[in-house]
Amino acid sequence: MSIRLRELIRNVRACKTQADERACIHKECASIRTAFKEESNELRHRNVAKLLFIHMLGYPTHWGQMECLKLIAGNKFLEKRIGYLGLMILLDERQEVLMLVENSLKNDLQAQNQYIAGLACCSIGNISSAEICRDLSPEVEKLMVGSNPFVAKKAALCSIRILRKCPELVDTYVDRVGTLLGSRNHAVLLTSLKLMREMCIIEPGMVDQLRRHTATLIAALKNLVLSGYAPEHDVHGIVDPFLQVEILRMLRILGTRHAETSDQMNDILAQVATNTESAKNAGNAILYECVLTIMAIEVESGLRVLAINILGRFLINRDNNIRYVALNTLHKVVGQDAQAVQRHRNTIVDCLKDNDSSIRQRALELVYALVNEANVKVLVKELLSYLMACDVEFKDELTQRICHVVEKYATDKEWHVDTIIQTLLVSTSFTSEETVCSLIALITSNPDLQAYATHKLCATLAARTTQPVLLQLAVWCVGEYEYTINALMKLTSRFPAGTPAHAMIHKQLAHYSTSMSLELQQRSAWSKDGLQIMFMATKDPSNPSVTRVEATFNNSTGGDMEGLNFQVAVPKYMQLQMKPPSSTAVTAGSSGSVKQLFQLANSMHGQKPIVLRVKIDYNTMGRAVSETGQVDNFPPGF
Amino acid sequence: MTIRFVLMVNKQGQTRLAQYYETHKMDERCALESEVIRKCLTRTDTQCSFYEFRGYKIVYRRYASLFFIVGVEGDDENELAILEFIHSLVETLDRYFENVCELDIMFNLEKAHFILDEMVMNGCIIETNKTNVLAPIQLLDKAGG
Repeated sequence: MSIRLRELIRNVRACKTQADERACIHKECASIRTAFKEESNELRHRNVAKLLFIHMLGYPTHWGQMECLKLIAGNKFLEKRIGYLGLMILLDERQEVLMLVENSLKNDLQAQNQYIAGLACCSIGNISSAEICRDLSPEVEKLMVGSNPFVAKKAALCSIRILRKCPELVDTYVDRVGTLLGSRNHAVLLTSLKLMREMCIIEPGMVDQLRRHTATLIAALKNLVLSGYAPEHDVHGIVDPFLQVEILRMLRILGTRHAETSDQMNDILAQVATNTESAKNAGNAILYECVLTIMAIEVESGLRVLAINILGRFLINRDNNIRYVALNTLHKVVGQDAQAVQRHRNTIVDCLKDNDSSIRQRALELVYALVNEANVKVLVKELLSYLMACDVEFKDELTQRICHVVEKYATDKEWHVDTIIQTLLVSTSFTSEETVCSLIALITSNPDLQAYATHKLCATLAARTTQPVLLQLAVWCVGEYEYTINALMKLTSRFPAGTPAHAMIHKQLAHYSTSMSLELQQRSAWSKDGLQIMFMATKDPSNPSVTRVEATFNNSTGGDMEGLNFQVAVPKYMQLQMKPPSSTAVTAGSSGSVKQLFQLANSMHGQKPIVLRVKIDYNTMGRAVSETGQVDNFPPGF
Repeated sequence: MTIRFVLMVNKQGQTRLAQYYETHKMDERCALESEVIRKCLTRTDTQCSFYEFRGYKIVYRRYASLFFIVGVEGDDENELAILEFIHSLVETLDRYFENVCELDIMFNLEKAHFILDEMVMNGCIIETNKTNVLAPIQLLDKAGG
């Protein structure tokens, strides 16, 4: 027996456990399947409606798709309506069923009844495949420029899907936009603006062709701003904020990098920025969009000041939503006007202490963007205090980013070492190969820093840190520089057996009391003009004549190095196998991001040392650099 | 830059309406939905109406016992406008159902979808004029559907 949808909902609501619910749904699905098999036409739309509910609960319903097609092909409007709704919701990634519906869609697009044509548009817009889009685009186009706004608005949005699926059709829409913009219907204007935006995304060259509509858009916006109360589009005293926002956004696209068009917009933008009521959310939505447009295009400095001031007001607003978008906007404009954003630095830093994690996250992004060589010490201090207070789930990411800004902007090397140590101490579980490499690179390339760093790192060992990166760094420094084996021996006695530090120190000791049964690791480096190559050599104890070398490229200059080509030549008694590099571009200030592996087989192992001739070619700051050199400082035994 | 999903959820976290403008596998959809909902439920009234989650920006608003949740993709959507849109959607449902509540949506799921379909299509807002939005469904009701 078939039950009504309401009854099904009641039954499901009465279920006390998940298992009860499953049983109830399975029973109902079985009876729906039977009804479908029996082809009972009267119950079909009711059953499809039930499937919508079942689908919403998260049960598989794709087997009902064919029934939707039958409803769509029928004559009754309600059944068609349910059929289309079912099709749009039940459809999954297997879209073969769509091919079967194409004919119905085509018929419905041509229907006299606007609601049927609208339904077909809606379905094509939501779910159609590239084939259907291509086949039906002429019909949709006709509806779009027809006189019926109810259908035209849907056809315009439908065209967005058509363009996404078949970008090559974009040219045919250029002339249609003008017709659409001539409409007085707000929904048609709104959807045609969305279509214009899509065209510009698909084909950036479209912007030039669409620029001729600038005056129309400005007039439409002026009309909205100046017109009095319009009940059908009123939102708390503001006329159609959705349309205003969309026009402002399109103006932004048209005015970007185009002085003449930007000039045209000056007055209207000033008008919107000064006259929009900011007491309600709708007004703030418009101001927000207006600020983004002003900051993106080429406007007078006065207007820009106006925009920055609006953001300043937003930033101290009591409404968290407004503060959120203020932070978001400042982040977007920091590239264009860092100075203006710097003025709000203290307020932004205060947002790091906010109760709302969304606000904190936004503030954090902004603080990263604001860090430079001049303020790195102040801002990193703030970030560090945030790191101490923040949720555990953010700690690792935050640590990574603090390390990053320190590496990028620190000018004081001792402060650099101190800060990294301090950051790692706060973030107890953070691990990062990159941080290790970069600090080691800093220490090796600055002899006057070596004693200082070793001393500081040892102090963390003495404080019995369990921070993995610190342990690694400390033990490395101890091994590499200051301490003799005796000192290491002394250190071990300070750590109870079983602690990570104890194990690490033992590993390092074992390294010194080398026998060939242990894996050997040695480093060597080559450096010139800001490019440093670290060679990390490893030996396979069972076959000591073979050495695997990992070259790590560090760029300490301010310019990216591209087209990197690293070549190695070896004497006749050696054989070389090179792997490709992980990337041919070493970005400015990066360390450890590009690596290249090669393997050496020394046929005279034990008699002749490893000697490499290296050649490095790359382009940086518009010039080609070519360097050659010799690397022969591998330790004896290699 | 477009709306990826619209959810209506009660304060126990049960979905009462779900409309997606992209296809997901059923299990992925359920996982996404439950996490989005859980995050909304744990946020307090004083926190802002936005948060970022798995590449989506979530904009939500609570009306009595119902949460209206919109997932947006991309970084250039106006969060405040989406919030205003949610309000417009609620007002429209209010006008049709006369103070919409959870049960109205649950027991008239298809009608709630009809209304939403008049307001959003392919992730874009089509219409916010309430009279225009409700015209088709009111005609359907009149015809005795």
